[in-house]
Amino acid sequence: MALARPIGILLAKELRTEFRTRELLISTLVFVLIVLVLFSYTFEPTTAESKRFGPGLLWMALLFAGSLMLHPSFTREQSNETLVALRMAPIDPVSILAAKILANFCFLLAAELVLVPIFAALYNLRIVPVLGRLAAVLVLGTLALCIVGTVFAAISSQARMRELLLPLLLLPLLTPALIASTEATVGLLDDPPALSAVYIGVLAAFDTIFLTVTWLFGEYLLEE
Amino acid sequence: MGTQALATLGVALLLAVAAYCALFVAPNEATMGLIQRIFYFHVPFGWSAFVAFAISFVSSIAYLRTRTPKWDWLAVSSAEVGVPFVTVMLVTGPIWAHPVWGIWWTWDARLTSTFVLWVLYVCYLLLRTLIDEPERRAVVSAVFNIFAAFDIPLVYFSIWFFRTQHPQPVIGAGGSLDPRMLDVLLLCWGATLALLALLLRQRYRVEALRWEIERLRLEAESRGSVPPGLAALRDKEYSA
Amino acid sequence: MPADSASNSPGGLGVEFAQFAKRYGARFALRNVSLSIAPGECVALVGPNGSGKTTLLKAAALLIRPTSGSVQFSGASANGAGRDSHDDSTAVKRYIGLVSHSTLLYDNLTAEENLVLFARLYGLDSPDRRALAALEPAGLAARSKDLVRNFSRGMRQRLAIARALLAGPKLLLLDEPSTGLDRAGQHWLGATLSDIAAAGCTVLMSTHGAGEASAFVTRAIRLLAGSIAEDSAVSGDARGMLAAALAAHQEA
Repeated sequence: MALARPIGILLAKELRTEFRTRELLISTLVFVLIVLVLFSYTFEPTTAESKRFGPGLLWMALLFAGSLMLHPSFTREQSNETLVALRMAPIDPVSILAAKILANFCFLLAAELVLVPIFAALYNLRIVPVLGRLAAVLVLGTLALCIVGTVFAAISSQARMRELLLPLLLLPLLTPALIASTEATVGLLDDPPALSAVYIGVLAAFDTIFLTVTWLFGEYLLEE
Repeated sequence: MGTQALATLGVALLLAVAAYCALFVAPNEATMGLIQRIFYFHVPFGWSAFVAFAISFVSSIAYLRTRTPKWDWLAVSSAEVGVPFVTVMLVTGPIWAHPVWGIWWTWDARLTSTFVLWVLYVCYLLLRTLIDEPERRAVVSAVFNIFAAFDIPLVYFSIWFFRTQHPQPVIGAGGSLDPRMLDVLLLCWGATLALLALLLRQRYRVEALRWEIERLRLEAESRGSVPPGLAALRDKEYSA
Repeated sequence: MPADSASNSPGGLGVEFAQFAKRYGARFALRNVSLSIAPGECVALVGPNGSGKTTLLKAAALLIRPTSGSVQFSGASANGAGRDSHDDSTAVKRYIGLVSHSTLLYDNLTAEENLVLFARLYGLDSPDRRALAALEPAGLAARSKDLVRNFSRGMRQRLAIARALLAGPKLLLLDEPSTGLDRAGQHWLGATLSDIAAAGCTVLMSTHGAGEASAFVTRAIRLLAGSIAEDSAVSGDARGMLAAALAAHQEA
């Protein structure tokens, strides 16, 4: 597909830029850890309560971290108007968005590789037996956050109060994904663990629908 | 101006008739008594709000495809009229719930979903106030509107399914619908739709007028002769 | 200027603005501009700040969706006979280079990485070799592994120009390219533009009238409040217009 090549090139650029400074990755990690620790004060982390509230906290923490981390996706292109350079290149503008979505997805997933085991340890949750299925939920849920988050980062970068606007727009829209991810995770931590087909379906539908909408309308966000 | 006054009168009359029917003509509901009659406002305002948001959604897509400002006017007008309608639904819900269950709010599936709906379109309107340049504002908010519209069914479904696992008191459920009740309900819906059409038309015209004023001001400016009244508008922020 | 490997023809694109208008809310940046630029012309755009020069350049770079009107291109074919018009805008972007007010460069990448990125995006073969080859004449080869963030203003401008020339453009758009360049840099810019003009590339450059770059100008267009106030193709005096622009700029 003609989009694959420019997406690959731009993805490499995004990853290289980020790993050179690593600021975003480290801040995200620290932020989520702080949230997880703070939340542990809000309830008794007995096993039953951990299983019930833990997943919700994890996804909330990821959501907050995501909405802070997604923001620089577009604002960092603004200082030297590098977005103009990308738009001038003979590539489909959608590939610019797609590359950023993928890059953010990689970053968040990398952060989760570190955070989820720590979270499981802090709240005494047994994730090893359900690792594969948990990974599936994490992938689908993180993808949902990245698709909508990256598009909304493009939106908020053009408005005033942009740092506040991104979480403000993002959180209500992600409601179905948040519910589905959280409940699917709760189901996996249950005894016996069960992967809810309905919630996986919701996540898959969410990802597919919004990927399609982005493909159809996303390029208009980059215009002048 | 004659047709405008006539239309307003017509809608007011229709609303009055609907209210009368809701209060006196509809049969008494078995369990809840008088307070149940709020149902005849709670539900129709909700349905009309959905109609308004559907119009906003279609207008947003039309704007992105054609870039004709009229579609943007329609998109913002219908969203702005839809939000108060949803507010009515959100306010009448607890008013209904309190005498029946003694609580103001339950995380009832429909009410919760409607609350998210309300937040989404308030965000749409908020986003618009934060972008100054009209074309960017129209394009960017149109994309957000489309995202919000596709999100709505997912929101309703996921919250509904969640609530089947964790049940709470449900506001407004129960009972089959007596055919007379259905008649009154439809009448009330018709009345709220008429109100929607009236408000929408007014709001749209405000938008069109703003545009026209800007155009005239630009024209006068380019010719170098701006009447004092028009010049005073120069410094006003053009925002919607 | 490195020859484009896809087609070894030099040559330029012709640009045709038809009633091109762009408004930003209350303000018209360009008002129904109609302008024909033949392939190979070297055009200077002059005018006060805010007259629409930058917008016109961006419009020629296909960066702006017009409020009304259009911009189209025509290109001489390889042997110079006949014309074919590039309908597909993505295809024609291959041949357009822009030097803007901003550097259009990534501060957190090295000079080499920046050029390799754009070489790849423009589909050039052996992007690494081409990138290094482009750094040489700009005098930046020694600093190829340095982050652009550490470059001086003049070096960034040189890199920006090198980036615009990378894919062998047939239409070169420059927005006050002499800004930030020292004497040597301006000399290099002048020589580069001379080579490009000789190869037939169309050049559209916004300038305040000074600098070595202005020596190659064959036509001057003066913009005022978004419209064309004067066109040397009509009035016949490109040099005079440039001198007037320089005088006006120095007064301001």
